[in-house]
Amino acid sequence: MSLNAFITEETIAGDADGPLAGTTVAVKDNISTEGVRTTCGSAMLESYVPPYDATVVERLKDAGATIVGKANMDEFGMGGTTETSAYGPTKNPVDEGHVPGGSSGGSAAAVAAGEADLALGSDTGGSVRNPAAFCGVVGLKPTYGLVSRYGLVAYANSLEQIGPIARSVEDAAALLDVISGPDPRDSTTRFDVGGEDAESETGAHPATDSNYAAAADGDVDGTTVGVVTDLLDGADERVVERFEAALDDLRAQGAETVEVSLESVEHAVQAYYVIAMSEASSNLARFDGVRYGESGGFEGNWNDAFARAREEGFGEEVKRRVLLGTFALSAGYHDKYYKKAQDARAWVKRDFDDAFEEADVLATPTMPVLPPALGDSLDDPLQLYLMDANTVPVNLANLPAISVPAGEADGLPVGLQLIGPKFGEEAIVRAASAVEA
Amino acid sequence: MSETPVDAEDVEHVAELARVDLDDEEVDAFAAQFAEILEYFEALDEVPEVESEADLVNVMRPDEVRESLSQEEALGNAAETEDGYFKGPRVS
Repeated sequence: MSLNAFITEETIAGDADGPLAGTTVAVKDNISTEGVRTTCGSAMLESYVPPYDATVVERLKDAGATIVGKANMDEFGMGGTTETSAYGPTKNPVDEGHVPGGSSGGSAAAVAAGEADLALGSDTGGSVRNPAAFCGVVGLKPTYGLVSRYGLVAYANSLEQIGPIARSVEDAAALLDVISGPDPRDSTTRFDVGGEDAESETGAHPATDSNYAAAADGDVDGTTVGVVTDLLDGADERVVERFEAALDDLRAQGAETVEVSLESVEHAVQAYYVIAMSEASSNLARFDGVRYGESGGFEGNWNDAFARAREEGFGEEVKRRVLLGTFALSAGYHDKYYKKAQDARAWVKRDFDDAFEEADVLATPTMPVLPPALGDSLDDPLQLYLMDANTVPVNLANLPAISVPAGEADGLPVGLQLIGPKFGEEAIVRAASAVEA
Repeated sequence: MSETPVDAEDVEHVAELARVDLDDEEVDAFAAQFAEILEYFEALDEVPEVESEADLVNVMRPDEVRESLSQEEALGNAAETEDGYFKGPRVS
């Protein structure tokens, strides 16, 4: 039986030589591939064929990788189970009655099932780490600005990064080595121009001299791991049990654990959804069916035609988020929702800064629950949003985080999340490699 | 109950602002869901004002002519084109 991990299966050959020669990669279907359709999991873009490659795709090809297909995903990245895809849900290869997580569910399922060696996902509120945890593989969300977003179809620009998924920490880190670095086409990756710091040490991009794969040496002796207690209370007991066992293992290897509390994370899910929906309502305004996408025809005036195109092309969760985002930004509500969400975002950032005074890396369960059964969670959007409690604070604070397998409970994978300080990818790769050892 | 109850009229208004047609069933379902979600968002009222320094810098480049998509490539995904232009619906 097919897992439905791919929306489009097509081989795109890379260069003959390079660090990824002979390696197969699945690419999430919201990352542009020249000449190969890129649907974002939406009926709106069913026949959209990008005329250019995303920067990360160029880098994959230059590194010798072979792209094997465009991976299934929640529509425009909006979901945590890959069930909002217009192309049908993906099954979890560990237990096909369960969801693979999302929104990069096709990417994680392809890697877990061996249909690809590596995969790229995108992570706006956990969309790389969540499916990695649910499928029992490794997923890394880089620091904002480490990896170019050029060619990534935007959902919420201020939050999202493209990140690697692999069966080992070292492989994920090696893929990060390939895709990271400055890009003239994404100004948020630029550290070499403008501003007062242009000529100082911050003038160089953090990936310039990095070797993330080499950091996967498993050496956590003397590392201080901060356990975020606020994010344990709401978690499933079976998940917490695996989490504690992973911490025991780290302590046995010489790591020290301390408890840290982040008061602000209680408001992180609300802040995340207000900001993500607001940005989505603006980003998805481009889908009017004129330049690309499902056409609304030419009857009536343009507002009628656009509204028809968007009714036809968008699925329920996308409509829900676009409408709620429009509401949050509308006259009379902007200060109540959007402005307060930005305050909460700054608060979360400050809390993380304080926590990194006490610890080198922070640890939480990646997901507070085990993978839900297929079809179980679609009816209650709010319950699905709450599933993101442990992953969204990281996006709000622009930090790097990795999900690494921490065993199974009831035959379903559990992920441990390790969060690092800004551009602290090497620290989380090192600690994660000790977890899998 | 939420301080921002949502009825069908509110959903229709915001759908019009967002240029998304909805059928009646969707309007009713969204009204109930939005009330629940917005009530959950109410907790943001408890968030204190937080000063934040945006660590942003302007990124500039010389304004020089560069390679871009050809007209044919740019029009390649449009449902209809006319004389090398996108064709859109009537403006009014």
